[in-house]
Amino acid sequence: MLTDLTLTEARDRLRAGAITALDLTRACLDHIRAVDPQVRAFLLVTEEQALEAAEAADRRLAQGDDAPLLGIPLAIKDVLTTAGIPTTAGSRILEGFVPPYTATALERLFAAGAIMLGKTNTDEFAMGSSTENSGYVVTRNPWDLERVPGGSSGGSAAAVAARMAPGALGTDTGGSVRQPAALCGVSAIKPSYGRVSRYGLIAFASSLDQIGAFGRTLADCAALLGVMAGHDPKDSTSVPDEPPDYTQALTGDVHGLRVGVPREFFIDGIEPDVERAVRAAIEQFAALGADVREISLPHTRYGIHVYYLIAPAEASANLARFDGVRYGPRAQVKGMWPAYKVTRGQGFGPEVKRRIMLGTYALSAGYYDAYYLKAQKVRTLIRQDFEQAFREVDVILTPATPGTAFRIGEKIDDPLQMYLADIFTLTPSLAGVPAACVPCGFDAHGLPVGLQIIGPAFDEATVLRAGDAYQRVTDWHTRKPQIAESS
Amino acid sequence: MTVYEGVIGLEVHAELMTASKMFCGCPVVDSTSAEPNTAVCPVCLGMPGVLPVLNRRAVELGLRVGLALNCEIPPFNQFARKSYFYPDLPKGYQISQYAYPLAINGWLEIDLPDGSVRRVRIRRVHLEEDTGKLTHADGYSLVDLNRAGVPLLEIVTEADLRSAEEAEAYARKLRAILQYLGVNSGDMSKGVLRIEPNISVRPVGSDELRTRTEVKNLNSIRSLARATAYEIERQIAIYESGGEVQQATLGWDEARQVTAVQRVKESADDYRYFPEPDLPVLEISREWVEQVRAGLPELPDAKRERFMRELGLSRYDASLLVADRAVADYYEAALAAGGDPKQVANYLTGEIFRQMNLEGRDRDDIGAIRLTPQALAALVRLVQDGVIHHGVAKKLLVRLYEEGGDPVALVEAEGLAQVSDEGAIGAVIEQVLVDHPDEVTRYLAGEEKLLQFLMGAAMRALRGQGDPAVVRRLLAERLAARRAE
Ligand SMILES: [Zn+2]
Repeated sequence: MLTDLTLTEARDRLRAGAITALDLTRACLDHIRAVDPQVRAFLLVTEEQALEAAEAADRRLAQGDDAPLLGIPLAIKDVLTTAGIPTTAGSRILEGFVPPYTATALERLFAAGAIMLGKTNTDEFAMGSSTENSGYVVTRNPWDLERVPGGSSGGSAAAVAARMAPGALGTDTGGSVRQPAALCGVSAIKPSYGRVSRYGLIAFASSLDQIGAFGRTLADCAALLGVMAGHDPKDSTSVPDEPPDYTQALTGDVHGLRVGVPREFFIDGIEPDVERAVRAAIEQFAALGADVREISLPHTRYGIHVYYLIAPAEASANLARFDGVRYGPRAQVKGMWPAYKVTRGQGFGPEVKRRIMLGTYALSAGYYDAYYLKAQKVRTLIRQDFEQAFREVDVILTPATPGTAFRIGEKIDDPLQMYLADIFTLTPSLAGVPAACVPCGFDAHGLPVGLQIIGPAFDEATVLRAGDAYQRVTDWHTRKPQIAESS
Repeated sequence: MTVYEGVIGLEVHAELMTASKMFCGCPVVDSTSAEPNTAVCPVCLGMPGVLPVLNRRAVELGLRVGLALNCEIPPFNQFARKSYFYPDLPKGYQISQYAYPLAINGWLEIDLPDGSVRRVRIRRVHLEEDTGKLTHADGYSLVDLNRAGVPLLEIVTEADLRSAEEAEAYARKLRAILQYLGVNSGDMSKGVLRIEPNISVRPVGSDELRTRTEVKNLNSIRSLARATAYEIERQIAIYESGGEVQQATLGWDEARQVTAVQRVKESADDYRYFPEPDLPVLEISREWVEQVRAGLPELPDAKRERFMRELGLSRYDASLLVADRAVADYYEAALAAGGDPKQVANYLTGEIFRQMNLEGRDRDDIGAIRLTPQALAALVRLVQDGVIHHGVAKKLLVRLYEEGGDPVALVEAEGLAQVSDEGAIGAVIEQVLVDHPDEVTRYLAGEEKLLQFLMGAAMRALRGQGDPAVVRRLLAERLAARRAE
């Protein structure tokens, strides 16, 4: 089946003329039609545009164009703006909003020949770990439809896991790419902060947000990252350095690679099946010749506190623009302040409101020093933990999540439990370092387990090399959920 | 009776004359005349997912002001978000500067009416983006975001000013500096320059700081002076009657010449400032600072000193000439056209300013009068060369002010050149003496004051063009001759 091809396999066959972009795109769209009514990964399928783009890609292929992603269909998280195509960020407050501009990362992918299949579901404004906070629909985990796919990029992770797309884009603020990748059994990378332009990424927490890539293999993610990475004059926080060729970095060799295992990540509360699978993966690295050693990231336990002050603080300002004055639905009530209150009161869901209030509080006069400023200081300590560790090791391996996919509704009324689902992915985000997630086993319920691979700032190449080497000798990433067979 | 003094600080917002906005590529347009919402883009409209990119030209113009105001320029700048909701603020926050402004600890010296000089301390100068504008109509409001994102410089003094006159002197001087620097037109009526005093009063000799009020809506420096004077008197009256001044934002009602409460402040506003994560810390290198410093134009104080030193002008005249950049430019253009420095200064600060006052025209606007600096220079030369005398020149100047034109051509066409031919003047005087036999007799009989009458009659007969010195001498000679008869 064409939908079983990985992104890299599909690209090779497209170039060889063995398949056409139109066939591949049609296969994806057919599969979406068959599977997505159950999974609900997509908020919008852009079939017509996808088919047109596929025909254009075939014409370019016929002319020998070797653009790196020519003819590759992708699923796009709906927090990335797409000119002329509705973009909602999973929120009712942006219902019907059609941006006049496309995110820089997407522009680069499209220029490289990628084809958008549609916009995928997300927790509202990327705030959540299950997609249950979407203002529109709850996405289901392809491995067990009663369970969550993780979040906030749950739609994109589920789309790749269920073989609806060979690759997808997500965004990651505190784990929103890595955590759903772990729960859905797919590969993903969150690059270093500043590696990929945030222009067109509807901001949640500006100092943390990064666009990341999903694929069935980390090599696929490397191909996507290579196209997206690099300075963008429209994003002053994107770094000026030229990114390396990530695909070339995939040598398959981890011999002598210094691998750190932080003791603070193997804590009470981690599910035994998860710990077992992750420990086995670490042993696999040792077997490949890596030099595995225990390390310490002493401020890890403060990550959740720091994150839930800084991210909501930034969000409280970022979301102030959604007032119904210039775009989006506006409450039809009399008076300026009532219009603000009702528009925002109706447009935002409960988790978004909770975070706006948390952040507003943390920034208020009299509380700023105790909360926001202190959190920034501890963030510096967390960053220094990583800098210190990366003097001794090349990559750090941890579980991506403390547990596997949980049941829909299980944590939705307990925000703290929900926040703990991201506990292992928060600190790399706070430190701004790159981190990948690769499947490394299954629990007793047959649910995937993810391994997190963290690297030094701007050294995505080493992270990708390590994960790719692991995937060359394991087959967890090739397993597919039952539902993927249904078309 | 208690004698009070004002305690006044000024907060000035000056739009910077950049080609494009602070954080996007939109052009800066005249927001009083441009079609609403035509100079906007996703960035300045605050659409989702867009990011600000700093306009370095705005930083450079801000640096000019910081340096001209004798400020320290810290090596690092940080932008901050100032959060509040209002429909003219697209993002729900304004990108401003808070803990790390562009320039700090400066000063500006102003001349006081008693001839002394006061140094006004500048607390800070920082960059921010302007908001849009609301137009309130019947039951609804219209939002125009052309102005949203225009670079704005905020210049804040310490509360060093003590009277409305001092506030006015500071405002005039600062406005002149902004104009000299080419960063702002100084046009308060269009809102590109906004000056807001905060005012309290206290008994002279005390150093207490009492409750203060802020005054907004001032569309000229004249209204700043009037509103400040009014507010000082209002507060004194409150204290004198045993009351308390309430902390409030007041609006100046230009029509009624009173302040009125816009908003009472019960607690301090909480803008929840925090560092703007979308913009990296801005480093200001010493090289950049020195480069900007080297490129600063001659500022009013330096120009005044030069006018005094090189042109021999009085301090008073020189101060008047440098107070507005437009006036200084006009003056220097007249000198360049060959006008005598002192004479040009006299006409400019005398008759021309008088005409402008009569017309209600701001000195700022001197560039628009019909009398060109070249014409003024030519007029001064005509007097110096003895072609016309001062009285004619003054009349001519009024005419040139009203109608424009070339004075040399005008003098020729209308035969206004001074008559100094003694034969011609002598003949006219002879006729005057013949025409006024009675007055001549009485003069000769000792009524000395009739000389002035005869002089006037002679001048009139010469249609004002006679050289007065010659007329006076010849008249005296003729009368002496008659006495001798
Ligand atoms: Zn703009």
